[in-house]
Formats: sequence, C-alpha cells, structure tokens
Amino acid sequence: MRTILTTLGTGRARSLRAALTALLAAAVAVGAPFYFAPFQVFQLTMVLLYAVALAGLNLLVGFGGQISLGHGAFFAAGAYTAAVMLDRYDSAHLATLPVAAAGCFLLGLGFGVPALRLRGLYLALVTLSFAVFLPPLLKRLEPVTGGSMGLTVDKLQPPAWSGLAEDQWMYLVVLAVTAVALLLARNLLRSRVGRALLALRDDESAAEVMGVRLSLHKTLAFAWSAMFAGVAGCLYTWVIGFVSPDSFSFVLSITLLAGLVVGGLASLYGPLLGAAFVMYVPSVAQDVSDAAPGVVFGLLIIAVMFVAPTGLAGLAGRARDAATRRLTRTAPAAGRTPEPAPTTAPAADPAPADAEPVGAPPRTEKE
Amino acid sequence: MLTVDGISVRFGGITALDGVAFTVEPGTAVGLIGPNGAGKTTLFNCLTRRCTPDAGTVRFDDEDLLALPPHSVAGRGIARTFQNLGLFPRLTVRENVMVGAHSRGRTGHFAAALRLPRVRREERELRDQAEDSLRRLGLADVADHPASGLPFGTLKRVELARALAARPRLLLLDEPVNGLSHGEVDAFADLVRAVREDFDLTLVVVEHHMGFVMGLCGKVVCLDFGRKIAEGPPEEIQRDPAVIEAYLGVAA
Repeated sequence: MRTILTTLGTGRARSLRAALTALLAAAVAVGAPFYFAPFQVFQLTMVLLYAVALAGLNLLVGFGGQISLGHGAFFAAGAYTAAVMLDRYDSAHLATLPVAAAGCFLLGLGFGVPALRLRGLYLALVTLSFAVFLPPLLKRLEPVTGGSMGLTVDKLQPPAWSGLAEDQWMYLVVLAVTAVALLLARNLLRSRVGRALLALRDDESAAEVMGVRLSLHKTLAFAWSAMFAGVAGCLYTWVIGFVSPDSFSFVLSITLLAGLVVGGLASLYGPLLGAAFVMYVPSVAQDVSDAAPGVVFGLLIIAVMFVAPTGLAGLAGRARDAATRRLTRTAPAAGRTPEPAPTTAPAADPAPADAEPVGAPPRTEKE
Repeated sequence: MLTVDGISVRFGGITALDGVAFTVEPGTAVGLIGPNGAGKTTLFNCLTRRCTPDAGTVRFDDEDLLALPPHSVAGRGIARTFQNLGLFPRLTVRENVMVGAHSRGRTGHFAAALRLPRVRREERELRDQAEDSLRRLGLADVADHPASGLPFGTLKRVELARALAARPRLLLLDEPVNGLSHGEVDAFADLVRAVREDFDLTLVVVEHHMGFVMGLCGKVVCLDFGRKIAEGPPEEIQRDPAVIEAYLGVAA
C-alpha cells in the first residue's frame, strides 16, 4: 500500500495519472448526451454554463478576495447582448459570443473601479446595487429589450451534417465553450498574475512592496470575472431561447455566490460542483417539500457548509486528511515526519506565544 | 547609493520623523537603532513608498524615490522584510517566494490566460530559481507548506527568501531577529552575512538586538523621537552619551 502510494506520488506518475483522469473525464463528458434523456442533457448543459459563471466569480471572490453580489447583472448583460443581436440583427449564434465576452469585459473594467476603493461589505453593497438596478432598466428600454415581455429568439440548432438532436448539439457546444473558459481561468491562476491576485488577497501592502500593482490586478480581476459571467449569459440565451428581466433578478447573483461558496472558494473544480448544486438542489428541494422548497434548499446549504466548511471541492482533501490521521494513529512513527517533542524551557524563549505553532520541531539551543 | 535628506513625517500632532538625513554607500550595511517609537519603521515605510514624507528627499541611485508609485520600488532593486512578518499566510512557502519575484516577471493578464510559450518559460525559470533559493536557505522541506503555522524562525527565513527573490541591490530588514532565540539569532546573522556576500547586497537593518547590529553593520544611525541623535561606527555609537541616555535614561 505504502509503496503504491510513493510510486504514485512521483512526478511522472502524477502527470500520467492527471492525463488519464483528464482523458476519462473528457470521454464521460462527451459521451453523456448520448446516454441521458433530453431533459437530463438540458440540465447538464445548464450545469456547464453555470460553471462558467462560477469560474469567473471564483477568480474575483475566491482568488482575488473581493466580493460581488452583482454578477447576475453581468450574466444578464451577456444574455441580452446575445438575444438582441439574434433578434434585431439576425446574427449567427457564434458571432454573439465574442461580442458578449468583450462587452462584459469592458463593463467589468468600468465597474471594477469602485472595487479599488471599497472592500468587504461596502463592495458587496455597491455590486448588489448593479443587480437590483438592472431588471427595471431592462424593462424601461422596451424598444431594444422587449420590456417586461422579454425576447424570444432561436435556440442553437444542430447543423444537418452532425445528425445530432438539438439538446445533444447544444450540450456539446456549451461543453466546448466551458472547457475553453475553465482552461483560460486555470492558466490565469497558475501564473504570475494568479499569484499576484492571491498575494493581494492575503496582504495588500506586502503585495505592493513585492511590486504588485494593486489597481491593475484588481480591476482586471473584475473584468475577467464579468467576462466569464457574460459568456455564461450568452450561452444561456442560446440554450433557453428566451430572456426576460425577471430571469435575472438579484436572486440570481446571490444564488451564484452561494453556489461558489458551496462548491469551494479558490478551488479549480469547485465551480463545477457548485454549478451542479445550484442546478440540482432546488429541484431536489421541490421534491422533498412542495410547500416550502426554499426552506429545504436553505437547510441543505447549511448542511453542506457544516460537513464541508471549505466547500464540496475541499471535501476529498478533508476526507483524505482524516483517513491519514486514522491510519497514522494505528501505525505510529512509520516513516512519517517525527512527532514533535514538547519545547523545553519555554521561559527562555522570547518568541511570542502565538508564533509558536503546535507541531513545531523543537528549538535547538546553541550557547 | 541611498541618500536620505531631511525627511519629516507628521501623523496629526505627532512628529514621527524630524529632518532625518543619512547616506548608505554601496556594499555597506547600515544599522538603524533607537528606542520604540523612534521612527525607524516609519523611515522604512518612506523608503518603500508606503508613506510619503511631508518634507525632504530620498534618492536611490540618483533617482527621486518619492516620485515613484509604490509598486515600482521593487523593480528598482529595493526589497524589504517586515517587523511582524508580512507573508501571505494562505500561500505556500514556494508561492510566497515566487511572488517575491513578481517585479522581475513580465507576464501580463492576456499572455497568462493563453499560456503563451514565453509564459511557460518564465514560469519554469521562476520555479527553478525559487527552488534554488529555498534550498539555499534550508526551506526545501517546507516548500509546499502554507506560510503560516511554521516556527517563527522558519517564517523569518521565508521572508528573507521572498525578499531575495526580487534580486534586490538594497535590502531593508525590519527587526529580522526579534522573537528569535539566542541560537537562532546567531544562525540568522551568519545567514545574512552569507547572502549579503552572495548577492552583493547593500543592507539597512532596523534591530534592537545590539549584538546582531554591532556584528553586522559598518555604520549605525541612532534615532530618538524622530531625530537622528548619533551616527558612526558601532564602537563609537556604543560609547555615545546621547545613545546611552536615549536607551537607558540618565540618573536623576
């Protein structure tokens, strides 16, 4: 058992394992629409597009340490960009994607400016105001947005050569966009830029001393995040074929944030888990109680946060830690790092008490 | 290399620094001492642009340091450590060191998102360099550990590694050995001497541990209530009546 673990732990084996896992996941993801019923495929499609929005929000909240209660507004902006282009200009579906992405990126850049001066609850409040303010605005701009009636547009249609059903084609297109989006987010985070974001989340002034330009990274984090939400909105229009102001109330923004926290902040695959939660749990709640699905949904969030305080993505790691702890308790001192001996003569130690962590190796006193 | 001339900082009614002036020659180590509240950290904060003096100038290699935005200071070759640790607690030790090299990196947001070949190359270089410096400072074992919850002495070394990752020419150490045990102080002094040699560093050190300061520095500046009360070689400073008075008080 131990030898297997050590062999798997080596660099090459790890990359091989990662490649195999990725391949398997890709095979499952591509095969799914041919196995499930159309309605289930539609649900999976929705999970994927929510995952894009959550990946964007993760960039801002999980990695950047800023908070946004207004991401529903960027989602709506992306959705309406696509819908208006399809409705008024008869654009091709694929043409709406770059426009929605670029538009929301710029919108995020603009709205990122308050993020420079505000933090915590104040930023949350300002971003919430975007989300509250957008639906009435959409209702007012009736000539363009169709007012409260919304806009009905064509869904994404499969090309004749593919021989696929509508739901299968939509799923595969959304899957492709999601894969690219998640890859972009991952690249961004595993780089100098991602480290800069993490650094300014942990300690802004130290990050600045390291040469991190706070304003640049904070506004761009907002812009990327808005772009991902906008792309998700655009996919939403393709899949649902209908947008109305009431689809994008501020509840959407809060649901997105809740989904992210449940999925796991600052985790690369937390957004996927969070998206599944956001998509499936309300319907499960509906099944459990017709009268008060909201209550069941709320209780389930509390339950998840109780069992997995670091989100669903952290659950595997926590389970592994618990298992190792149990294993090492039964077989102590078997090739592990030595158990720390209690520090002797703490009175001679000028270190502040809180700097001395549990598990520190004994200090070697040299006279 | 560094010329501080007549800088004054006032916080409300308190004058934290009052016309302090001194110079730091290339390759030397200057100790900055003084009782608590003398303005030593404020002076450091001026040098790294965390705080702007009300009067006076700071020149680094004939460039006006006070005209730079705070984030550009690191790129000019000035790095620092913090009095109470300014590590990023949720990042690993290795990531902390790699953030230290931020000012030397060129990767922008778009290149990073697309992971262009030059981004990969830069990332690999930074990782290798971080690996080297972690080994050099005896931190290789804790490289993947978050930079919190480790022994204080180890965290101090992580901070030093992070500061060195910027490849500075001037290194500012703010109380590098406070809270360390005797043995650790000696080890840290040896370490600082060694990296100073290796990286051809100029040092400015704020420290209360007199043995550390006197052993390391060729010149000592003593501050009290924001004023410079003495400047000179360590032996002279130790005998200086004004310094003794500031530290110990005078008999009534």
